[in-house]
Amino acid sequence: MKVLVFIEQRAGKSKSSALEALTVGARLAGGPADLAAVVIGKGVEGIAAQLKGYGADTVYVVDHAAFEHYNPVSYADAIEAAVKAHGAKVVVGLAAPMTRDVFPRLAARLDGGILTDVTAIEAAGANLHGVKPMYAGKVLAKVETQNAPVSFVSVRPNIFKAENKGTGNAAVSKLELTPAADSRIKTLEVRKGANERPDLTEAPLIVSGGRAMGSADNFKILGELADVLHATVGASRAAVDSGYASHDMQVGQTGKTVNPNLYIACGISGSIQHMAGMRTSKVIVAVNTDPEAPIFKVATYGIVADLFQAAPIFTTKFKALLEK
Amino acid sequence: MKILVLLKQTPDTESKIQISADGAKIETAALKYIINPYDEFAIEEALKIKEKAGSGEVVIASFAGDSAKELIVKGLAMGCDRGLLIGSEGLEGADSLTVAKVLAAAVKAESSDLVLVGKQAIDDDNMHVGIMVAELLKWPHVNVVTKLALNGKTATVEREVEGGQVEVYEVQLPAVFGAQKALNTPRYASLPGIMKAKKKPLDSKKPGDFGLDAAALKAGVKTVIRGFLPPPEKPAGKVFKGEDVAVMVDKVVKLLREEAKVI
Repeated sequence: MKVLVFIEQRAGKSKSSALEALTVGARLAGGPADLAAVVIGKGVEGIAAQLKGYGADTVYVVDHAAFEHYNPVSYADAIEAAVKAHGAKVVVGLAAPMTRDVFPRLAARLDGGILTDVTAIEAAGANLHGVKPMYAGKVLAKVETQNAPVSFVSVRPNIFKAENKGTGNAAVSKLELTPAADSRIKTLEVRKGANERPDLTEAPLIVSGGRAMGSADNFKILGELADVLHATVGASRAAVDSGYASHDMQVGQTGKTVNPNLYIACGISGSIQHMAGMRTSKVIVAVNTDPEAPIFKVATYGIVADLFQAAPIFTTKFKALLEK
Repeated sequence: MKILVLLKQTPDTESKIQISADGAKIETAALKYIINPYDEFAIEEALKIKEKAGSGEVVIASFAGDSAKELIVKGLAMGCDRGLLIGSEGLEGADSLTVAKVLAAAVKAESSDLVLVGKQAIDDDNMHVGIMVAELLKWPHVNVVTKLALNGKTATVEREVEGGQVEVYEVQLPAVFGAQKALNTPRYASLPGIMKAKKKPLDSKKPGDFGLDAAALKAGVKTVIRGFLPPPEKPAGKVFKGEDVAVMVDKVVKLLREEAKVI
């Protein structure tokens, strides 16, 4: 099966989980000749070399000043060109902002199938069979494509393993695209976030605080713990609504869905809405003064204690451990 | 300005989601439906735009079963002018692209200048329909919108992406925008609003009224849900209490390294 993988990049750097999507693509394709990747941007040709060994013989590169910033229409045009060049029946991407924005557009344009944010994916003849969490993770849905000329699938970050099997020489094939001159959507600028850490949705380690943090200033305690672990700091809705943390830090139903290897919840009671966003974390540590807090039901390890006592001790102990 | 807001009914967050005995579907009989929370931000934004312009019309549309009627009325009570329920009979559970085809046809029939929608629905979390409607109409879209400013037929739109980054777009209308939480604070329906809503027009239509053939739509479905599984059970965790905090933390740090192997 001919498979194309969309490699998300920003400012010339590909997403750290992009190789996971490529590895999934390699499994679905069966062989390097059937697998291609597409990289879109300005000055992005170098990314192709990083894909070597991950199972794709061809890397389509759309490299042009007009593609410097993401734009749903021009990026859809570019991916469509790569789909046609490769004859792709399946297009794989990461369940991350660009892919999730552009794949629905392409599925509508090409009258295709689309599976979003899957945690399992298999080829079944010409169709795809996947599994995706639904209803705030309360159930898993078995999702399938049928009679689709082309199918799009985005895979949840940090679920599939990236594997370099040493196959696929990732040879660059340039696609010359002239962006439409009369575009009705233009990117004016991309403002940098204050956060230097990986985004919550991709972060392997997260330290999160709830209402019990008590103030924005107190989040520094979590910042220190996160620094030691190179973790990203998150927050519950209660903490965001109280003004202790910014909205882009919110984990849960009206915030972000996260899937880290380790999620440390400090002073978070564990509302259904919060749990919707973090229950698939591989290991959950909860610190709360209330032994009845629902968060302890999903916690791998729990400590009934005041976070203001426990968090600094965690920081010291992790520091000692990691400096060894 | 004619604004169309797309509404989806979703089960209340607190709902218990029960899989049918044969695993094929979700039991819907006991479910309580709410307006998809993100769609409320879309409604609010539409009302704000109309109020600022001092004229225009806000129509609220849903492709759903009859149970969506009271949610449309809720939107009318918030201040929308007119409701449109497109009956999904025979197309229940159709994929997002089919829903988008119906809604795009409705947008055309309404000659809307702007479509507002929630950035995603909280049941399937797919983030599909608004974007697909835009593509089917060959309109631009911006999803996950945290700020929207209109200047005639041009909109300056901010979209939230990873790491707190913000993409700023200039978009020519007509367009589709998907509302994110930070966009505004939805109003509550006032008592006079609730009274007035009862008298506002709420049209019931079928895909056929927009020149679409339900059988052809059904045959064209490309994505299906084949069944449901319960999420994997997690083994009970280890909870420490009543000991010295440093001792408990030490135990958990050891477990993280030696048992869970995540540090």
